[in-house]
Amino acid sequence: MSNIIDRRKNTKGKSTNNRQKFLKRVEDQIKEAIPDIISQESIKDSSGGGKVKVPIKGISEPNFRHDPRSGKKHYIRPGNDKFSEGDQIPKPEGEGKGSGKGKGSNSPEVTQDDFVVILSREEFLKYFFEDLELPNMVKKYMESTTTFKNHRAGYTKNSVPSRLNVKTSYQQSLARQISIGGVYAQKIKKLQEQLAHEKDEQVRLDLETEIKRLVKLKDTIPFFEDVDLRYNNFERVPQPATSAVMFCIMDVSASMGYHEKDIAKRFFTLLYIFLTKQYTNVDIVYIRHHTESKEVDEEEFFNSRESGGTVVAPSLKLMHKIMKERYDPQVWNVYCCQASDGDVWSNGDAVECSQILKNDVLTEIQYMAYIEIKNRGLEGYLWHAYKKLRKVENFSMKNINDVSQIWPVFKALFKKKSLVNDDN
Amino acid sequence: MMDKEKFKEMFSSPNWDFETIKAADELTSWVGKEYFKLDTYINQIEIVTSEQMLDAYSLIGLPTSYPHWKFGKDFVINQSSYKKGQMGLSYEMVINSDPCISYNMENNSTCMMLLVIAHACQGHNAFFKNNYMFKDWTSADSILDYMVFARDYIMMCEEEYGDEEVEKVLDACHSLMDHGVDKYKKPPKLSAEKERERLKRLTKAKKENYNELLRTLPTEDALLKQEKYRKQKKYPLEPEENLLYFIEKNAPTLPIWKREIIRIVRKVAQYYYPQTMTKVMNEGFATFMHYHIINKLFDLGYLGDGFMLEFLKSHSGVIFQPDYNSKFFSGLNPYTLGFNIFMDIKRICQDPTEEDKAWFPDLIGKDWLDEVHYAMENFRDDSFIAQYLSPKVIRDMKLFGIFDDEDNEYYEIKAIHNERGYRKIREMLSNQYDRSNRVPDIQVDQVDLHKTSKLTLIHNIHDEKLLDEDEADSTVRHVRHLWEFPVELHSRNKAGIDEDFYEC
Repeated sequence: MSNIIDRRKNTKGKSTNNRQKFLKRVEDQIKEAIPDIISQESIKDSSGGGKVKVPIKGISEPNFRHDPRSGKKHYIRPGNDKFSEGDQIPKPEGEGKGSGKGKGSNSPEVTQDDFVVILSREEFLKYFFEDLELPNMVKKYMESTTTFKNHRAGYTKNSVPSRLNVKTSYQQSLARQISIGGVYAQKIKKLQEQLAHEKDEQVRLDLETEIKRLVKLKDTIPFFEDVDLRYNNFERVPQPATSAVMFCIMDVSASMGYHEKDIAKRFFTLLYIFLTKQYTNVDIVYIRHHTESKEVDEEEFFNSRESGGTVVAPSLKLMHKIMKERYDPQVWNVYCCQASDGDVWSNGDAVECSQILKNDVLTEIQYMAYIEIKNRGLEGYLWHAYKKLRKVENFSMKNINDVSQIWPVFKALFKKKSLVNDDN
Repeated sequence: MMDKEKFKEMFSSPNWDFETIKAADELTSWVGKEYFKLDTYINQIEIVTSEQMLDAYSLIGLPTSYPHWKFGKDFVINQSSYKKGQMGLSYEMVINSDPCISYNMENNSTCMMLLVIAHACQGHNAFFKNNYMFKDWTSADSILDYMVFARDYIMMCEEEYGDEEVEKVLDACHSLMDHGVDKYKKPPKLSAEKERERLKRLTKAKKENYNELLRTLPTEDALLKQEKYRKQKKYPLEPEENLLYFIEKNAPTLPIWKREIIRIVRKVAQYYYPQTMTKVMNEGFATFMHYHIINKLFDLGYLGDGFMLEFLKSHSGVIFQPDYNSKFFSGLNPYTLGFNIFMDIKRICQDPTEEDKAWFPDLIGKDWLDEVHYAMENFRDDSFIAQYLSPKVIRDMKLFGIFDDEDNEYYEIKAIHNERGYRKIREMLSNQYDRSNRVPDIQVDQVDLHKTSKLTLIHNIHDEKLLDEDEADSTVRHVRHLWEFPVELHSRNKAGIDEDFYEC
């Protein structure tokens, strides 16, 4: 009779392998698409796994087929509501030239201009950060603090007794007992049937001994054999260092327009994604400043319209203060990203900023990036003051003036520095 | 039989359990056999999740297949349109194998479960077992084994020659799948065991004859053969339409493993050939059967009214045919067309009109079930329609025929559902399901055995239909990859003049 099988418990992901093969094939297109995502979509969403639009180019499967525009074709349609034999219906404008498939094509395929590949968070980050690396110094620090955690990973046949999994072993043993027992039972049954019909005394005797032997064997199937034993298997999985804090300092003075803030926002979010890959726990401190500096929440940081003149140094002081109070650099990996159009109230302010960074901040934190959102050529006070810090290993500064530059600049800031001189 | 009331109650609960599935299977099998003379393979009913159904989709229904990115792509496409709600998954999927495997979605309601079990495990199953195309062209008992063999073989190749090399060969083979079918010779039955033995013999022979110095020299046998063809001036003597077969057997320098991969893809193409040729009949028959089986069960008192209401709703969904001007229109629904024709055969046998007597004299007064079985067993879509599409069905579906000539500025209505149009429509629709309308006629013309080993293909133009140029360009490249020597493709019209020319 029919077999009814519940497949649902079986491992899913039968297509995983083929899916990987496919992703590998469109890898280049995905990589190309990633900067687009960063400049077009809300990046915060991307941190949960991006949707990547991959154009169908390069993954089509060509074959010999008719050009749907050519030739004499007949087709049958259902639901005639108004036509009579001999009617002539003008072809729609553009039909027959470049309209591609559709009408007149019998092929079952639907043409698709592009479709969306949904990447898992892991996959997305893999492509996202493939060419990036934390700055060298930070990496060393992280390597030394990487911890491992044991994760269960199925069963294994060889291990230490303390890891014996009794239930699974017992199931294995039962299966073995049942199958071996069944074989004996069958043999015994067969021999007994033979015995019932057998007349010859000697043969009967032989049969009986054999049956006895088999019964004994059947009754003495060992309860546990080595082959039954299953041990819990564990894998050592590296754990990312636990915590990091990111200070986002944004200039919201009157000179920062929507465009500038947009770029800053995208940059911060990118940094956020970057950090969440490295750390299980990432805090963000938002600081906005015009004449005053204050710590705000995300909503206010990105959306508040409050504005005013520009004094920068207090924001760095504020950051330093918060760091001292809540984020001890001994425990936290501290990052800072400052975005500004580079205009400051006075040169003194800029010099003060540079001093604070040099003396108080950079010595304590992992890395700081300064992005100046401004057309090159007009060097701001801040840029000028920060220039002297360029040699400091954990400080970088870049100029951005267009959304499309965010990704290249981000890459440049965080590029693999293995080629750069390595003192240690 | 169990207490009917108990069944009624069981099937009226929307939530099924395995007892329900078992009962559904037993009842439908019994009714199928007892009342509708269905002869089926043993069923294997598998309950799957939506993700598993997506897996099955991308492997074109097979439980296993060789690894290839194409299947991953299909999975990604299906998954994304399913998640966006653009596509519903089918409630079932069934494989032409013995035992006949069918997948049923776990989130089907009880009614849907019964419906799909009647549809797939009785209707499709009987069709696979009895339709001549399937009988002649596929071997249901060995396809699963064969696919396991194919998977192992391709994975072995990947290990030995690298993923990329294998992928290139598979890509090329897939692009020629439509031209890898033998339409006239029935293929020998598949058997994984035999394939393995054949391979073993091949490798052994290869090892014994292996000699680094003599490697490039042709064997005596091959020399004789070549001599023979040289005298005949042309090779092959007859055009060959199975491109994959020709390349597998004749590519001058192709390593054995690549020939094996070609063979595997060829076998798979061959296995699917009947499916593409009987879509209307297969779906029509399965729909016809689930409709009858469930109605019978209702008549016998196994099903309640509520069940029937849900059933009728699903059933009408299956056979819904949007009109040509509807935004849901996407061609003729094979379920509808097939179902209507089978229902009409029954009607003509039981209750013929004067018109039917003139059109189908052979059906009049016959046993309808016998006639339905006869039709199901001995036709494929084009011949089925040519034989059985009746004026009534044409009228009911309001079919009309359009003529689209690229030279004209307008479409012309060639025929409608009236006295003058019936035969024309029947002929046009039959042609529409003719394979030559879909797959261009491309044949191997000759191989230059003298110096270049160049392969010449001819595309015979029908109805002035030209090849899609970009596609043809890329496909010829694939042919060259397999053939390993220059390839030419001539698109030739009836007068023997080349209208297009491709080379690589």
